[in-house]
Amino acid sequence: MDDLDLDHESVYDGLLGGDSSQWAFGTDFEDPLAGVDTMIPAGVDGAALAAYCLMLGDDALIYAHRLSEWTSNAPDLEDDIALANIALDLLGQARLLLARAAAADASVVPQMPEGSPVPPEDALAFFRDEHAFRNMGYVEALNGDFAVTIVRLLLFSSHRLALLQRLATSVDPVLSAIAAKGVKEVTYHRDYAGRWFVTLAGGTEESRRRLVAGLRTVWPTYAELSRSTQVETLASEQRFGVDPAVLTEEVDAVVDHVLAMAALERPDLPPSGTGPMGRIGRHTEEMGHLLAEMQVVARAHPLGKW
Amino acid sequence: MTTGQKFSAGGGHGAIPLEGVSTGLGEPPQPEWPLYEIFVRGKRGLNHVHVGSLHAADDEMAVRHARDVYTRRNEGVSIWAVRADLIVASSPDEKDPLFDPAGDKVYRHPTFYDIPANVPHM
Repeated sequence: MDDLDLDHESVYDGLLGGDSSQWAFGTDFEDPLAGVDTMIPAGVDGAALAAYCLMLGDDALIYAHRLSEWTSNAPDLEDDIALANIALDLLGQARLLLARAAAADASVVPQMPEGSPVPPEDALAFFRDEHAFRNMGYVEALNGDFAVTIVRLLLFSSHRLALLQRLATSVDPVLSAIAAKGVKEVTYHRDYAGRWFVTLAGGTEESRRRLVAGLRTVWPTYAELSRSTQVETLASEQRFGVDPAVLTEEVDAVVDHVLAMAALERPDLPPSGTGPMGRIGRHTEEMGHLLAEMQVVARAHPLGKW
Repeated sequence: MTTGQKFSAGGGHGAIPLEGVSTGLGEPPQPEWPLYEIFVRGKRGLNHVHVGSLHAADDEMAVRHARDVYTRRNEGVSIWAVRADLIVASSPDEKDPLFDPAGDKVYRHPTFYDIPANVPHM
């Protein structure tokens, strides 16, 4: 081994100083809420809290899976990694939110065979059937091209950032902590999507044409982000959650700002759909295919240890 | 300079020739983005350390990409991104005249002094 090899071997040692705490989960997967007091606060209905956590957790889980489909397919290696990072951030949020749902109301977790080592949040992710998922249809939609993905990510992360910022003051300390962690992550997601949105709009004729087409594809589904259900209304009343309808003005302002930077107008297209169908378990055709791929390995080995 | 050829850094490989190869400087947009060299300073690091290189369309995007590619595991608190073709590198041909003369000058090393035990980073 010559001197050059020695130099290169020590680069990361030099950065980290032999400290292994950069491994976010250590070397083992433990209870994500270990050490956290999961008592349900006074005045909060446990079943409603669980239902609300399933909604936010499923949004993150399903969108994380969709975005992860870009892995090895993005326009550049660097964006491949960027989109995978965003997907992993959302998967982390899903894990905590589903664990919170299970701790708030154990009856939402599917029954597992005797002796199964599958933790509750995994059982929720991999062993629920389609109708039991509470995510919006918005996050199920196929990725489309890179421009469609960027538009969808911009609208989603603008909405989710506004939501998490308010959720950080939830009366449930667990939800509040999950939201505070997520704010930093989703701030970056919005920044990433916003920069690409403006870059594509001001790039070549082809990139602008694709962005405009992507905007017209995604825009009719934008309204679904702020449609509220009874669960969210109740969550807002009991002050552990946020009614998405109150976020509309704030999110619109952000979106309008990015549109202005890109010299684009809001598309003159009516909102699609009538109600929050995904929130009551009615999903689009794409959802079945997504779940089949996401769940197949776990379901084939319900007693498997990972 | 022995050969008269100019060199730059590229992908951390020390020196790559600048002449007769595309660098992206002052040229119309290329299908391939320009190369950036990435330096990261760790939490307890005293200086930025070269960790690798990546492609990006512009300077801002280079920092964003560096964050995604090189600081995913909590490695850094600060990032520098430098266009690879803006780094001036020594030529491998000059290795002997540049570096060999220092090899036998033992008196240039401060090994004849006692350093107090409480002086760090020496």
